[in-house]
Amino acid sequence: MIARGWTLRRTGSLVERNALIYRRSLTPVLSSILEPVLYLLSIGFGVGALVGKVYGIDVRYVDYVAPGILATTAMNAAFNQTSFAIFMRIKNDRAYDAIVPTPLSIADITLGEVASAVLSGVFASCGFVLVMLVLGLVVSPAILIAIPCSLLVGYGFASAGIAVMTFLRDFPDFQLVQLVMLPMFLFATTFYPLSVYPSWVRPLIEVLPLYQSIQLLRDPALGTFHWGMLVAALYLLVFGSVALAVATRRLGRKLLL
Amino acid sequence: MPRALHVFGYCLRLYRRTWKGTFVISVVNPLLFLLGVGVGIGHLVSHGHPATLGGVSYTDFFAPGLLAASAMQTAFVEAGGRVTVSASPSGAYRTATTTPLDPEDILLGHMLFVAFRVLTSTAAFIAVMELFGTISGWWVVAVWPAAVLSGLAFAVPLAAWTVTLRTYPQVNSFFRFLFMPMYMFSGTFFALGELPHFVRLLVSVLPLTQAVELCRGLSLGHPSAGGVAAHGSYLALLLLGGALVARVTYRRRLHA
Repeated sequence: MIARGWTLRRTGSLVERNALIYRRSLTPVLSSILEPVLYLLSIGFGVGALVGKVYGIDVRYVDYVAPGILATTAMNAAFNQTSFAIFMRIKNDRAYDAIVPTPLSIADITLGEVASAVLSGVFASCGFVLVMLVLGLVVSPAILIAIPCSLLVGYGFASAGIAVMTFLRDFPDFQLVQLVMLPMFLFATTFYPLSVYPSWVRPLIEVLPLYQSIQLLRDPALGTFHWGMLVAALYLLVFGSVALAVATRRLGRKLLL
Repeated sequence: MPRALHVFGYCLRLYRRTWKGTFVISVVNPLLFLLGVGVGIGHLVSHGHPATLGGVSYTDFFAPGLLAASAMQTAFVEAGGRVTVSASPSGAYRTATTTPLDPEDILLGHMLFVAFRVLTSTAAFIAVMELFGTISGWWVVAVWPAAVLSGLAFAVPLAAWTVTLRTYPQVNSFFRFLFMPMYMFSGTFFALGELPHFVRLLVSVLPLTQAVELCRGLSLGHPSAGGVAAHGSYLALLLLGGALVARVTYRRRLHA
């Protein structure tokens, strides 16, 4: 390893590389929006007709669920872009064999991958907000704040994606990742408020990064503001930074050995 | 011993090494959905408009739908990309064709294995449903074969198609752009009565809709004889038609 630390120019070149590849195919972008839109239609509208208004907060169910799904959209786009895609590049494409000998340092590579994943998370979020707009689900103009907030969500999960990826031995291990991601998707108040849980379960939910992400996005989307948003933003910042530190350390070992 | 059983045996021996991973998809996945969606959202529904479901709790309504959907998902995992890979030049089907096995034997053997997978994963799922108390009484005896039929009615036509594919990504696109929408809109999560009329007509011919209706009617304990006959024979026809087509496509691809 010749270069240490990172520079904007070198990191940017990796982002550019990824952008050049993503530009070739619309399928990954479409599918990162399609699935959340299906959930929105099926659970938001379909199940929403059975729910009516969410009791206790008096919000239409579909309006309540939409920002939750928005958070999972940002999460999945960023997380898949780092965990699965990078693993694929190491195992199958061997892309880093060509990147490591260039002046890019490991820190450049890690940061560049996180930055590209954050970007695709933000793109997916913008796409989803557009769909919400078309479907008449934009309750408050404050949802515009949710877009920069989704940057933080992306940062947390993109970094975590690399960190997790470095621990995986082979493709079947992604099943184990799913074993964490799916319950988080289902239980982190995406589809119902925290008050559904008995009080002893609530702290277990509150420490989940997706719960904090939803906290960060749902309030502005519904036009209400809480100090909990600040806690969530701080949580994601720390979560992402710790994950980034772990990711940089471990990715170096994985790519150079 | 019929020759197809050799293929079945091969699949089983392979499965002994990989069953842990598939266990996650076919058992843990639906279990989490049952808990997260069934119980969690059910809680909201009970405070909302539960009357829309005709006096049935949301969990009881959702569980049999999810059973049918997960049977089809298992079918997809086993008969989707796996068949394409097996039929590729370096796949297991190619090795089998050099033995006395005919394409029909390979087809039947593989589908026996799919049946085994659907049989076991739906059994596990039904056990969970019993735990939640969502199946009414002895109807469980009828729900199980209905779920297995649902899985096979999807797997066999799917294999008839996937065996013809040269590349794998098409199967992924099929999953994303056709299977997922079917999964979300076939009345698993909500009653079809809510959909606009023309959408309902479109949705009601989907195999999963038929499977959901069949399993749900039986599981709730008040199936209509006409409904069971209609949904059952639809799925049986799909299975038979798929088998006829698959015989041709397997032979064409493997003896080409």
